[in-house]
Parts: sequence; C-alpha cells; structure tokens
Amino acid sequence: MVEAGHFALVLAFVLALVQASLPLIGARIGDARLMAAGNSAALAGFLMTAIAFAVLTAAYVQSDFSLLNVFENSHSQKPLLYKFTGTWGNHEGSMLLWVLILTGFGALVALFGRNLPATLRANVLAVQGMIGAAFFLFILLTSNPFARLDPAPIEGQDLNPILQDVGLAIHPPLLYLGYVGFSICFSFAIAALIEGRIDAAWARWVRPWTLMAWIFLTGGIAMGSFWAYYELGWGGFWFWDPVENASFMPWLAGTALLHSAIVMEKRSALKIWTILLSILTFSLSLLGTFLVRSGVLTSVHAFATDPTRGVFILTILTVFVGGALALFAWRAQALAPGGLFQPISREGALVLNNLFLSTATATVFVGTLYPLLLEALTGDKISVGAPFFEATFGPLMVPLLIAVPFGPLLAWKRGDLWAAAQRLVFAFAGALLVTLVVALFIDRASVFAALGLGLGVWLVLGALTDLAMKAGLGKVGFAAARRRLAGLPRAAFGTALAHLGLGLTTLGVISVMSLETEHIITMKPGETTDVAGYELRFDGLQPHQGANYTEDRGVFALMADDGRTITQIVSSKRLYTARQMPTTEAGIATRGLSQLYVSLGDPTDDGGVVVRIWWKPFVTLIWIGSIVMMAGGTLSLSDRRLRVGAPSPRKTAVTPVPAE
Amino acid sequence: MRERTVRIAALLLCALLAWPLAAGAVEPDEVLDDPALEARARSLSAELRCLVCQNQSIDDSNADLARDLRIIVRERLKAGDSDGEVMDFVVSRYGEFVLLKPRFNWRNALLWGTPVVLLLIGGGAILMRARRAATPTARLSAEEEKALQDILQKRS
Repeated sequence: MVEAGHFALVLAFVLALVQASLPLIGARIGDARLMAAGNSAALAGFLMTAIAFAVLTAAYVQSDFSLLNVFENSHSQKPLLYKFTGTWGNHEGSMLLWVLILTGFGALVALFGRNLPATLRANVLAVQGMIGAAFFLFILLTSNPFARLDPAPIEGQDLNPILQDVGLAIHPPLLYLGYVGFSICFSFAIAALIEGRIDAAWARWVRPWTLMAWIFLTGGIAMGSFWAYYELGWGGFWFWDPVENASFMPWLAGTALLHSAIVMEKRSALKIWTILLSILTFSLSLLGTFLVRSGVLTSVHAFATDPTRGVFILTILTVFVGGALALFAWRAQALAPGGLFQPISREGALVLNNLFLSTATATVFVGTLYPLLLEALTGDKISVGAPFFEATFGPLMVPLLIAVPFGPLLAWKRGDLWAAAQRLVFAFAGALLVTLVVALFIDRASVFAALGLGLGVWLVLGALTDLAMKAGLGKVGFAAARRRLAGLPRAAFGTALAHLGLGLTTLGVISVMSLETEHIITMKPGETTDVAGYELRFDGLQPHQGANYTEDRGVFALMADDGRTITQIVSSKRLYTARQMPTTEAGIATRGLSQLYVSLGDPTDDGGVVVRIWWKPFVTLIWIGSIVMMAGGTLSLSDRRLRVGAPSPRKTAVTPVPAE
Repeated sequence: MRERTVRIAALLLCALLAWPLAAGAVEPDEVLDDPALEARARSLSAELRCLVCQNQSIDDSNADLARDLRIIVRERLKAGDSDGEVMDFVVSRYGEFVLLKPRFNWRNALLWGTPVVLLLIGGGAILMRARRAATPTARLSAEEEKALQDILQKRS
C-alpha cells in the first residue's frame, strides 16, 4: 500500500510535467485539444496527490514504523487526533500537504474556469503545472515521505510534544491554503504577461482568488499567534520571529494586492503594478518556504553543512522569481496603461495603502534577511529582533491606519477630502474621547497607550461610519436608511467588516502591549495574591497521568474581591515520556474580553512554586479582530459580482442622437 | 507547523541548556526592590538577545546565560549606570550581536535606510504621476482640429 502512495506521487509529478507543457503549446499554436489536456492533467494530478497523501495519513494512523518518516515523528501511544495531524507535523509530510493544496487549487481552476478565455486558462494551468513539477521533484529527490526502514522498529520516536495540540490540526493547513493560494494569482499574472493582454475581466477573476488566499492566510497567522500564546507559556502573541515574518510578508503584500486589484477591476488603472504585486506576493510565499525549509534561519552554517534541500528550494525560488520578473520586465510595457485619476480619490487612497503596505513588507523583508546577508558577506553577526520591528514597522502603520477610514468615503476619480473628514467627525470625536479618558483615568497609561487605543477606536468607528454613510443615514429617514443598508452589496459590508476587524486587532495589540501587568512570585499552597482586582489562591500541585505524558497540575482558585470563587484555573508542567521533553500548559481564565494568564515555574526549596501571572486586558480582541477580518473577506467573496467570476456582457450603450 | 519548527529548535536548545524548561524567565529572587529600577531593567532586557537561544530576549529566556545577563543588567543599574551605559557595558562584553535592535551605523545603513528610502521613492513616483495626470493634455494641432470639426459636422 505504501508503494502505491509512492507510485501515485511519481505519477503526480509526471502529470504536472504534462500540465506544464501541453496547454502551453496548445495556447501557442491554438490547438483546443492540447489546451483541454491541461484540465484533465490538473484533475488527475490532484487525484494522485490526494492518494499519496491519504496513504501517508493511513501509515500514521496505523503507526507503520517501516516508514522512516512515521518512525521519526510518531508513537503508537499518541492520541488518534495527533496521529492524523502528525502527517504534516514534519518536513516531508508538510511538503506533501503543500503540493496537495497546490494541485487542489489547480483542479479548482480546471473545474470552475469554464468561463475563462481558453488560452488564459491553458496558460494559467501550465504555470501551475510548472510550480507543481518543481516541488514534486523536490519531494521525490530530497524529502521523500515514503522512504522505508528495514528492519522496521517496534516503536516510534514520537511527535514533538509542542506540536501535540489541536493547533497543529488547524494552523498549518490554513497557512498553506493562504501561501499556496497566492500561486493562482501568480499563474494568472504570468499568463497575462505571456498573452500580453490584461483587462478588467482578468482582475475580476484574480480578485476572488486573492481574497480567498488572504482569508486563509489571515486565519493561519492568527491561529499561529493564538497557539504560540497559549502553548509557549509566556503569553506572547507575536515574536517577530523570522518564521513568523516569513508568513507575515506574503500577508502584507497580499493585502496590498487585494486593494490594488480593486482599482484595476473598477477603473482599469494600476494594471502593471497589480501584475507585479501578484508576482511578488507568491514570490514571498516561496521565500517563506525556502527560509523555513532550508534550515538557513537556524544558522548560515547549518545551511552550509546540509545544503541539498536548501539549494534545491533556492534554485526553485531563483528560477520562478527570476523568470517571472524577467518576463515582467520584457512584457509589462506591452500592457496598455489604464485610467487616470486625481491624487485625492478612492484610487489615490488605495495607492497610498499600497505605498505603505509595500514599504512595510520591504521593512520586514530586510529585517529578516539582513542578518543572514551580512553574515554571509562579511562574517559579522548582528541580531534583528522585536525592538527593531517595533521601531520601524510600527511608525509605518500609523499613517496607514489613520488613512483607512478615509478610503471608502472618497469617490472614484476625484474625491473630496474635506467632505470625507466632515463625515468622520463622529469617529474622530469618539477616538479623541477614548484618548483623553485613557490618558486621564488609567494610572499606568502612557502616551503610547492613549494614542494607540484612540487609533483603534478611530478605525472601528470609521468602519461603522462607512456603513452609515452608504446607507444614507442622516440624509434619508431612519427606516429608509435601514432598507438601504439591507440592500447594500455584500462587498460593501465586507470592506466595513474587514476594516472593523483591523480596528479590533489594533485595540487588542495596543492594549496588551501597553496596559498588561505581570506578577512574578513564589506561592505556597493556601497563599493568595491580588491581580487586577481579583484574588488568586494557590491550592497546591496535583500529579496527573496523561495518555503519553505525566504532569504536575497547579490548581488555582480565582476569586472576586468579596471572596466568592469565580472559577478554577489549572496550569501545569508536563513531561512527555517518549522524548523526555517538558512543556508548560498555561492556565487561562477569560474575563470579558481580557484574560488572566497563569504559568507555573520551578518549585522552590521551601515547598513553594514560582508562579507568573499576567493580566492581559482586551487580549482576545487580537484574534476576534482577525476573525472579523476573515468574516469580512468571506462576505466579500460571497458577493454575487465576484462569485460569477466573469464580467457581465457589456451593455452596448446606444445614445440616441437628437435629430436637428 | 513551519511557524513553529524553528522556535521548537530554539526551545530544544534552551531546554538542553536550562533544564527543566520553565515558562517565562525572570525569577522572583532577581526582581529589584525599586519598581522604577526594575521597570528599566525589564525594558533593557527586552532589547538584549539571549545568546544561546534563537531570537529570544533575555527577558523571555530561562537559559542560564540569560539569567547571568539579567543579573549583570540589574547590578549595573543599581550601581547607578544610565540605560545607555548599561547597554555599552553589555556590548563591550558580548559584542553587537547581543543587541536585538542593531545600532545606527554605516554597516546597518541598508537595514535602517530601506523603509525611509522606499517611502521617499514610492511617494515621489506617485507625486510625479499625479502631476503628469494633472497637466492638461496638449492642444490639438490645426489638422486634428479640422478633422474633429469634420466629424462633428457629419454627425449633426
């Protein structure tokens, strides 16, 4: 059976080669049968990859330790859920998931692309096939999940304990759906360059794909952040770790692409820029794959000692990014420039959005790669960490976030900034009020906290203002406004929701960064401590035996100031027996939108235990905001205009000429 | 998964060096009595790298070396050093690698300059485009004017 999976994987590689060549030739010589071959190859390739993936999953579920990959990353005592998710909890398996999603998107284009021009679809599928072929080859040559062990060991080495979490079930698939989803935009951009033609229909096709990838990537990043928050035990939600940056860069560029594609669709301006962004966004996804999969992040030297995988991905990266950019440089000028617009207009606002998002992307890019580059070139070692990004990325976001509420209120072509400002007067008043209240009434609040929270409120109220204005509130009666609101296209709600979510996330981030409190104390059983208006009592440590770990559970009682027990908090230290690896399981109590986060440290000699307690005000808004952003994106995606995919046939406007 | 792999490698490394792995880093016995001084120590610690970890500040790491550094920072602060003097002292002992925010200097010009330069170039390009869009299109030549009149007269 395992050989069947291996065979299916080889077959998928061959099918990818077919998909990469036949439709391309077909589109070139105008042969409909060759072009149609791309569809069948895409569907069959997806089927073969799915079979290979299913076989690997089955090997994990059955604990087939004759597979090297299963032996290294699984254990017969592991809970069933982690046997499933363990399939992609390792290098080989996660690369297989990567190509599964890639071929899945290719199959979607083959299935739903019927209303695309035949040559465009053929070219898109061909580019998808090229990417697929490269990565199938990578898997088969350097990272084969189907490598055998003989004789098969009795027991496996277990999955890394930190990965034994539901987070592994959700985070990597979402992240990959986002990463790889941008490959469709890339393929469309390359196809447009090959054909030398690009129009509003192209943009209308690319937008839903961008939106879909963006929704998944948003979810993947948010889920990763939440996972790190509760699993790693010190309550951080973002570390500016190179691995996080690797997923954040495509998100930033993808967000820019999402906005520039709107301009292209509505006003057929920014065509060349949109093509470039499509290429760059997926290039950053490929870069992320390289950074994480090559080992280059651990150290330049780790990369040098075992360079096979790294060099292979670097070659893929160079060929695709270099090839795409060369094609862009050669063909982009052939694309006709689009409509003109005044600087103060919806287009202008979206250009501003793109300017800041691109600069932010470049900042993260440089911050992530500069230490590697410097070490490789000069041997000097420097560190670029959170303080650098806070000092550069932070200031770049401020003007962008201030500008966000203006964008949707400006008209296309020529907008009126003053009129937009007048409409935003309520949002501004609200933001000002919050800033003053925070500055005056919260003791620990800094200027940063006051202004930051004001900015968050500005975004939230700005998004609501957008909806109110579109409904005509203030111009028409309340009942009429409600009717108009209900009649708004879903995309309008999508925009407002996404901006609202951004505001909520901003509020959460600023609030935790500036108002969080921390207590580091030694507690003995029976002792209490005051935290943020609550009282926390330590009730002692209880040993506990889990499925594949032992743990000491620290039990705490959270009490209101009148002594009533509100809830119990359990925070534990685990030891995973197979790998003899300890982990911490934080105890978290949610109060409203805020959380109390309790983490257990070492026992002390006098019978106590070190306890770290954080009060994280409004921390849940970080992820609630992300979910709202995703909801906004999904609502936009469900808008009929985008779902239909192709432009409605242009109504030929026949203006009667008055006879004199 | 990819998100985590490297951090896991870091955690494994830290786990080897500082057994058992505990969450958080600062131990109760390290905390200074003066809250203002402790606050300064914490914000300085957040800018110093745990040298044996991957991208973790000494404030987040429970490695022994990180603990030593935290204690050094606090000792310097108690001795009356300014924030800058503490940083200089740590850099003189461990090199610039210890700084999570690299210094402004020519070697790091590309790092710090990129955001500013890109913003200027991008902003400049947009302004130029806007100005070009604002300039009225060239007047029609006499021939074009005549052609236009012909067309208009034919239609009416």
